[in-house]
Amino acid sequence: MGNEKVITAEQLTKRFGDFVAVDAISFEVSKGEIFGFLGANGAGKTTAMRMLCGLSLPTSGKATVAGFDVFKQNESIKKKIGYMSQKFSLYEDLTVKENIRFYGGIYGKSDSFIKEKTEKLLQQLHLTNEANALVRSLPLGWKQKLAFSVAIFHEPDIVFLDEPTGGVDPVTRREFWNMIYEASARGITVFVTTHYLDEAEYCNRVSIMVDGKIEALDTPAKLKEQYHAESMDEVFLQLARKATRSDG
Amino acid sequence: MKQFISFIRKEFYHIFRDRKTMLILLVMPIVQIVIFGFALTNEVKNSKFSVLDNAHDAASAALIQQLDASQYFELQSNLHSYNDISEAFKKGTIKLAVVIPEHFSDDLEHQNKAQVQLVADASDPNVANTLVNYAGAVILDYQDRITQDKKLPYTINTEIRMLYNPQLKGAYNFVPGVMAMVLLLVCTMMTAITIVKEKEMGTMEIMLVSPLKPLLIIIAKAIPYLLLSIVNIISILLLSVFVLDVPINGSIVLLMSESILFTIVSLSLGLLISTGASSQQTAMFISLVGMFLPTVMFSGFMFPVENMPKPLQIISNIVPAKWYYIIVRSVMIKGVGIEAVWKETLVLFGMMLFFLGMAFKQFKIRLA
Repeated sequence: MGNEKVITAEQLTKRFGDFVAVDAISFEVSKGEIFGFLGANGAGKTTAMRMLCGLSLPTSGKATVAGFDVFKQNESIKKKIGYMSQKFSLYEDLTVKENIRFYGGIYGKSDSFIKEKTEKLLQQLHLTNEANALVRSLPLGWKQKLAFSVAIFHEPDIVFLDEPTGGVDPVTRREFWNMIYEASARGITVFVTTHYLDEAEYCNRVSIMVDGKIEALDTPAKLKEQYHAESMDEVFLQLARKATRSDG
Repeated sequence: MKQFISFIRKEFYHIFRDRKTMLILLVMPIVQIVIFGFALTNEVKNSKFSVLDNAHDAASAALIQQLDASQYFELQSNLHSYNDISEAFKKGTIKLAVVIPEHFSDDLEHQNKAQVQLVADASDPNVANTLVNYAGAVILDYQDRITQDKKLPYTINTEIRMLYNPQLKGAYNFVPGVMAMVLLLVCTMMTAITIVKEKEMGTMEIMLVSPLKPLLIIIAKAIPYLLLSIVNIISILLLSVFVLDVPINGSIVLLMSESILFTIVSLSLGLLISTGASSQQTAMFISLVGMFLPTVMFSGFMFPVENMPKPLQIISNIVPAKWYYIIVRSVMIKGVGIEAVWKETLVLFGMMLFFLGMAFKQFKIRLA
């Protein structure tokens, strides 16, 4: 892990009217790091992530992603990032191959690049036989792995994962995290929000958001030490109890 | 460009793989044209009628023969008493009864005046009206024939010419109307649904995170439907000309250009709806109630706008289909050129700019 910072946020704030969804958060993420972004529902983690992805404009503060300013260089950022949401975002009525080709295409990749990489990817995922099957017919776990592969297909600097492991079994989740490690080892920075606190242990560093603010940010080991906790679960509960915001 | 082509290819996969979409897109227009052209016509052909002939003379026989020979009527039976008429109506075997009084020939020859009674089943007032009019015309025809060589003191002959549609075919009315309806349905509803579907599935977010420009997303979404609409326009026109015998009197190029303009208006409406609707059902509901019903009611093809109360006439002006309907009728049936429909064209053009501008603005707001 180098010291090159690929995400920086300084006093980043998003207001919706009177409501401060994200309240002056500051953090940095290094290249190749797996950065966990935790928080209860409504804590503001999705809003923060949307600002970094260029889906939502910050109200105030500063942030750069892949070296580009989120206010002014939105379009440059988009070329450097990948994104996977909790809905997996594959087209169910398209085949595995067609989905890959579409996402490669909208990132402007050449036909030869797409063709070559698709072959490799299908082999890695053991999906060669299913290449022409509709995504609809695949089991959830496969869809999820495919969605992740598609999100990093165009070889982005950073991939944002919004609760990527919702609703899948522990074995598949473990396999999914192996893919995340591989991506990280290739130098792709992984920015991941999650509900599962055991997954927080897999991250290099974790930030915990409460009521729009970052309450804690460190490696899982140090956080447990700091809060005298056995697990990330306990750390999280101690912090989350302070929350005044309800779900939403 | 590469991005654009990838997107459009994907859009066609969606369309071709969904049987329901294909049905609505390509089969429904043809079915509608056929239904409107043949079944829902207000023309009356071969209506069954009966005769209560109290005269039984040469003149009455000739009159009945003439009615029977016309393409509108077909003699069902001869009745024997007045009561038989209501019996026959109740059974529904006939729609019209002709009562000829005694001494029909005598009256005609000696008094120069005879009466015929027409009894119609007015439980369907439109049909009854049409039948009575047709029967009256046939009887008048008969009268003209027998008075040809006699001199009448005063006669005014009205010579009627029904311009542009001499046979008063309903299809002349329906074809432009169905074109407006189909294009609106295909473009507005289908576009709205397909965009909202991407929102629901979460794929819209992925595209917004990608380097695709929002404008490009919108255009790429609309283009397949524009292309399919052109296929629809062509198939409707072919059916009209070769099956329904509706001519295209004006320029085909003008007709196509106007249709494409209207298609783009409908597409922009669909885009606008999609920016506001959060679910596919909402999008469908808004499209059907907000667009389809006003089109049927206010475009003028089912109910003449001229007969509506003033406020409704004013409202009808904001329905794009009304203007398109006027244009198609003018170009197709009357055969006029752009000089006669430039005002309507301008209205459609203005609507297109307005809806497209609004849709794009809304789309941007959603991003912020």
